[in-house]
Amino acid sequence: MTSLLLAEQVLNGLQFGMMLFLMSAGLTLVFGVMGLINLAHGSFYMIGAFACASVAMATGSWFLGLAASLAAAAVAGVLVELLVIRRLYDRDHLDQVLATFALILVFSEGTRYLFGSFPLFLDVPAALSGAVTLPGGIAYPVYRLAIIAAGIAVAIGLFWLVGRTRLGIRIRAGEADREMIAALGVDIDRLYTIVFALGAALAGFAGAMLGTIQSVQVGMGEPVLILAFVVIVIGGIGSIKGALIGSMLVGLTDTLGRTLLPVAFSTILPPSDANAVGSALASLLIYVLMAGILVFRPSGLYGGRSA
Amino acid sequence: MIPERWLNLGVLTLLAAVPLVASLAGQPFTVTLATKIAIFALAATGLNIALGLGGLVSFGHAAFFGVGGYACGILASHARNYEPLSTWPWDIEGTTQMLTIWPIAVLLGGLAALVIGALSLRTSGIFFIMITLAFAQMLYYFAISWPTYGGEDGLPFYLRGDFPGLNTMDPIQFFGICFALLLAALFTFHRLHRARFGLSLEAARQNPERLRSLGIRPFHVRLLAFVISGMITALAGALYADLNRFVSPAMLSWHLSGELIVLIVLGGVGRLCGPVVGAAAYFLLEHWAGAASEYWQFWFGLLLLGVVLFARGGIVGALAKDHTHD
Repeated sequence: MTSLLLAEQVLNGLQFGMMLFLMSAGLTLVFGVMGLINLAHGSFYMIGAFACASVAMATGSWFLGLAASLAAAAVAGVLVELLVIRRLYDRDHLDQVLATFALILVFSEGTRYLFGSFPLFLDVPAALSGAVTLPGGIAYPVYRLAIIAAGIAVAIGLFWLVGRTRLGIRIRAGEADREMIAALGVDIDRLYTIVFALGAALAGFAGAMLGTIQSVQVGMGEPVLILAFVVIVIGGIGSIKGALIGSMLVGLTDTLGRTLLPVAFSTILPPSDANAVGSALASLLIYVLMAGILVFRPSGLYGGRSA
Repeated sequence: MIPERWLNLGVLTLLAAVPLVASLAGQPFTVTLATKIAIFALAATGLNIALGLGGLVSFGHAAFFGVGGYACGILASHARNYEPLSTWPWDIEGTTQMLTIWPIAVLLGGLAALVIGALSLRTSGIFFIMITLAFAQMLYYFAISWPTYGGEDGLPFYLRGDFPGLNTMDPIQFFGICFALLLAALFTFHRLHRARFGLSLEAARQNPERLRSLGIRPFHVRLLAFVISGMITALAGALYADLNRFVSPAMLSWHLSGELIVLIVLGGVGRLCGPVVGAAAYFLLEHWAGAASEYWQFWFGLLLLGVVLFARGGIVGALAKDHTHD
């Protein structure tokens, strides 16, 4: 294991963490502001990826596809909020779980009906293909660097939006006391729709970005969704800062574990066993991390309250 | 409107009678379908203790289902291949005896529930849902990446376990075993519901502070309920592995956890026969609608959405008149 390889894996971990942040930021806002658990968040990820793939194929422009992914996921988010989610705010968590589970079935099967079961593949746009040599001599794909940059940009934008704008004040106020801000004349229904659509658009954006280097297929959102849950449990519900720290922890732990554990075991086991044991244990690492944090901080690193 | 007691009796009689008639008429497929319903009703009855009585929305019960399944599959495949499970520090042989496999599956399921429950019951609400889901997912990925027992491909073991005096490969005899265990679990659920433990569990759901002031710690009551719940679901997992003579990571997937909750809500949360009615409705629907359309889950999703948003109380709640649970 050279330090060069290690540095590359750290970058991969950052890139993975950034995408997790895009997923979990929307989820944590919806949890925090509306007190709603949304299992169908992964469906917006999938919708974003499919919108990007079909628009990019039809027009030949990946950037148009990326714009389409934001638009499609946001529109889907608005529709879902108006038709279904709105009726769930006052319900218990069991009803929320079931209704959003039903939404997953509807979205997944609907997408399978429209696009079939075979995965679609996207090409990295010409402007972002190839590799650059970073200081220290690491050749790293431009596209993955673009993902990291996009993640950082979105993170800064979100912190600015929530911390510095009028909408952000309302979002934070809605988190603290929803009756009070309704009494102060804020249209709480519209605020909820906006927050939900914003979360959906971020998930769709993540789907398009990651779908380009992985494959675009039905059910692609659920594994990411569950990792986003782990991130939120670690970071604390409703905290964007927690989501950012949690995403980085999960992204780096997972990526580095998968690289380092097999190497570490190869010093005590024969190579084939070391690989098997190492990768099996590496898949457990983030959950061990989550359990460890739970023992010491049951409401997450930055969670003020347990919802 | 009919009394819930008569409804329960009718449902269970029907579930026993249909496979018997089908078996006599030479319809083994119907018997297998009924066996599947009985096994999933058993798994959901386990979850009903945590979810229905305790209000603990566990989105990770597939973990216990899978642990039971893998316990059965691993023991059986070692026995069929005449390979001991371990030679050091003790010789442990595989086994095909159901009467040995069940206690092991139940014990391992209970142990998994104890660990997962002790960690996740420190939280509540949305956190609890996400954490149970995450731990189940952990076992799922572990099963996929652990190559010894088939990894992603799963583990086939060709023959069902043995039960003294019965031929388990005969569909109707295997159904009998599953149905008897389902009855035993329903009886357990009924007794728990009425016992001091069941009352304190319901109190822990409705008003934990008052329960604490009575000198009972809600955490302990909930943890015990979670462990019992995991044990029953693990037993169902062992039976399901035997039914298919195959275990795979699919038994641990989050989709299965969701299905178990759906079964309970379709039938009626906290109702004795809610899981049985829910499982029957779900698998009959899957059988008929699945034959009509490849995309039946799309329509099922819409139906489920309608049930959640507009029709609460499930099927038993709609048919039975005495509202014991609301």
